[in-house]
Amino acid sequence: MSMKTSLTFWERLYFPEIFRGIAITSRHFFKNLSNPLKNPVTIRYPEQKRFIHPRWRGRHRLMERNDGSPRCVACMCCATVCPARCISIMPGEHSDPAIMKYPVSFEIDLTRCIFCGYCVEACPVDAIRMDSGIVSVVGYDRDQLQFNKDRLLAKTP
Amino acid sequence: MAEALILAVKIAIATMFVLNLAGLLTWAERRQSAFIQDRLGPNRASVFGIRLIGLLHPVADGIKMIMKEDFIPAGADRVVHTIAPFIALFPAFVAYAVIPFGDRLPIFGYDVNLVVSDINIGLLFVVAVMSIAIFGIFLGGWASNNKWSLLGALRSAAQMISYEVTLGLTIIGILMVYESVRLDEIVRAQGDLLFGFIPKWGIVTQPIGFLLFFAAAMAESKRTPFDLPEGESEIVAGYFLEYSGMKFGMFFMGEFAEIVVIAGIIASLFLGGWQIPWVTTEMLLKAFPGWLVALIQIGVFSAKVVALCWLQLTIRWTLPRFRYDQLMRLGWKMLLPISLANIFVTGLVILLLQ
Repeated sequence: MSMKTSLTFWERLYFPEIFRGIAITSRHFFKNLSNPLKNPVTIRYPEQKRFIHPRWRGRHRLMERNDGSPRCVACMCCATVCPARCISIMPGEHSDPAIMKYPVSFEIDLTRCIFCGYCVEACPVDAIRMDSGIVSVVGYDRDQLQFNKDRLLAKTP
Repeated sequence: MAEALILAVKIAIATMFVLNLAGLLTWAERRQSAFIQDRLGPNRASVFGIRLIGLLHPVADGIKMIMKEDFIPAGADRVVHTIAPFIALFPAFVAYAVIPFGDRLPIFGYDVNLVVSDINIGLLFVVAVMSIAIFGIFLGGWASNNKWSLLGALRSAAQMISYEVTLGLTIIGILMVYESVRLDEIVRAQGDLLFGFIPKWGIVTQPIGFLLFFAAAMAESKRTPFDLPEGESEIVAGYFLEYSGMKFGMFFMGEFAEIVVIAGIIASLFLGGWQIPWVTTEMLLKAFPGWLVALIQIGVFSAKVVALCWLQLTIRWTLPRFRYDQLMRLGWKMLLPISLANIFVTGLVILLLQ
């Protein structure tokens, strides 16, 4: 429903309302000019960083066992559930008979990842997490966004 | 020889004033709009890590514009397309030739009148030169061979012709009060006192005229709320859509130079130009040497111009764009009758005071 409101005489004079508007904008201007480092809401990004909540989904990381090997058992749950099909795992037989498999290679193509977090939900052994808090997934070419096992284990950044 | 040198210095002062202030305004507009919107604005451009609160951005912009490809679209009128930005830019600089930035002062033994050219039709010259800017915009839009450019050019032509009527009629009120077309004399007359204590500035004698002139002048400079010729959300960029590189830069600079010129004219006509209220040039000359008085007067004039530039930028970031019918209604049905009534009332008051 559209309400038709008619302007008052004071508003129809036009100039008083303009002066009111100028007063509002210049109030903001002088408030921010008086303390330009504090008053504007801008976060000066590379120096200042926004608070990242622990549950926020950032770049993936792989969890390790106590001996430093990946916790992943190469069950392929994450690769199956991934809607972007960005996870590719090559399973291999583990020397320890108690562990069923281990990933020979574990690659995430971050150019395809949609950061939905299904892989984290699907993992039965809590081997993959997205709590690294890394916002900037950047690279100078596409190869730099293919994250292999070592990079996901954060042995190399 | 000395006179030629003095003239060269005066021309340099006037040109550099417009050029530098226009360049600074490109930075000021972005920073000011940012502050108005509680943002920070551009402050990153740096040379060897020195940022100068973003003052290097105009320099970076200039370098960028010079380095960019200078593109002329297929089917465009190459000659007209090329000269149009020049026609759009130069009136702003020429208009400053007649705007006085100081009194006639004895400086180092020479009698210097601090105005580039003190011609006796000063005010008419300003209006005449400013209206040439329409040609630059219209030719630019026409020669671009682009629908949006043509629409922008048509809009700007219609808008500027409409508001020039109000602009001209408002000036008549000033002419009636100060009885001169010479800008130098108009400014000097504003040094008088009204009833012995109020400075006889144009804003005091012609308050309605000031508002009308300001509104019409803002419309002339084609900025929000009167930016229909550009109207980036409607017709992309209007008349300069097909321009790139430094030719676009000239339109861009022309817009800001026009702000400076409008501020200069309004300062001269309505805010007493270089006059300091209640302080005459004789009083200053008794206390200071001539060159210092010249600097003081140029400083006062510059302060007024900068304040008016600030006001124009604030209005630009306060008001949204008009609709086209609102624009025409404001111009023809409101500002024009009021300016005619202003002339009538001014005449009546002058008659009664005699």
